[in-house]
Amino acid sequence: MSMWEYANPKLFMGWTRPVLPWMFASAGVCLVVGLVWGFFFTPDDFRQGSTVKIIYLHVPSALMAINAWIMMLVASLIWVVRRHHVSALAARAAAPVGVVFTLIALFTGGIWGQPMWGTYWAWDPRLTSFLILFLFYLGYIALWEAIEDPDTAADLTSVLCMVGSVFAILSRYAVLFWNQGLHQGASLSLDKEENISDVFWFPLLVCIAGFVLLFVALVLMRTRTEIRARRIRALEARARRA
Amino acid sequence: MPDLGDYAIEVLSAYAVSILLIGVLIWLSWRRYAKVRASLEKVEKNG
Repeated sequence: MSMWEYANPKLFMGWTRPVLPWMFASAGVCLVVGLVWGFFFTPDDFRQGSTVKIIYLHVPSALMAINAWIMMLVASLIWVVRRHHVSALAARAAAPVGVVFTLIALFTGGIWGQPMWGTYWAWDPRLTSFLILFLFYLGYIALWEAIEDPDTAADLTSVLCMVGSVFAILSRYAVLFWNQGLHQGASLSLDKEENISDVFWFPLLVCIAGFVLLFVALVLMRTRTEIRARRIRALEARARRA
Repeated sequence: MPDLGDYAIEVLSAYAVSILLIGVLIWLSWRRYAKVRASLEKVEKNG
């Protein structure tokens, strides 16, 4: 069976139904374990004090804010090239999840920045590109709501998603492009010398897994909702014609 | 409860707001999921 067949709405509804509770349960376990571990059982950082505990929310949410947009980009490209309705609906379903993760990243970043940098906000390349990404999320959601014809909405939001991808990529690599601003480089690295200490790294990994699983679970659930809403519109249109 | 020192407000508010936002997102997603599912059942039943 071709992988594209999984994007058939009926098949999608079939395979996601048993998967969904497991995804939510795994996300819940990872988030509770990771956050409790990080909050209660990790030491303070010698420079940042207890504010280092914000890392367990800030890094996973920022990571997922960018990756959610990348997922929307892939789904939008599939829509543009192959016209799979489920991919367009999955992109639509991911946007509110992405916007909440972006908001968490912005809020926790600001609240972390105040004691460390002496300010909640600076027009730093990474912070600014993240704010623009947040505005793109809002624009993307608004565009879906504003256009009545779903295929036209999917086309136009796909174009918006491609344009916004510049800022999604920029928000990840801004600190490398411009060697200026307050935000430090990547907290995570495969190089053990550059990576954060293991005592923070392991609970952070569990939190990242929790955010990834929560994202997947919410997108699957919201895509199921969008497929059902689309079927309602189709049935009502058929009833009106009859 | 760990001793958060001078940064208790910052750390606790970061956790409280993030957990609240995630909770609201899950609740709103679930509410719409249940509502749309019920609507579809109703439309399919009516013909």
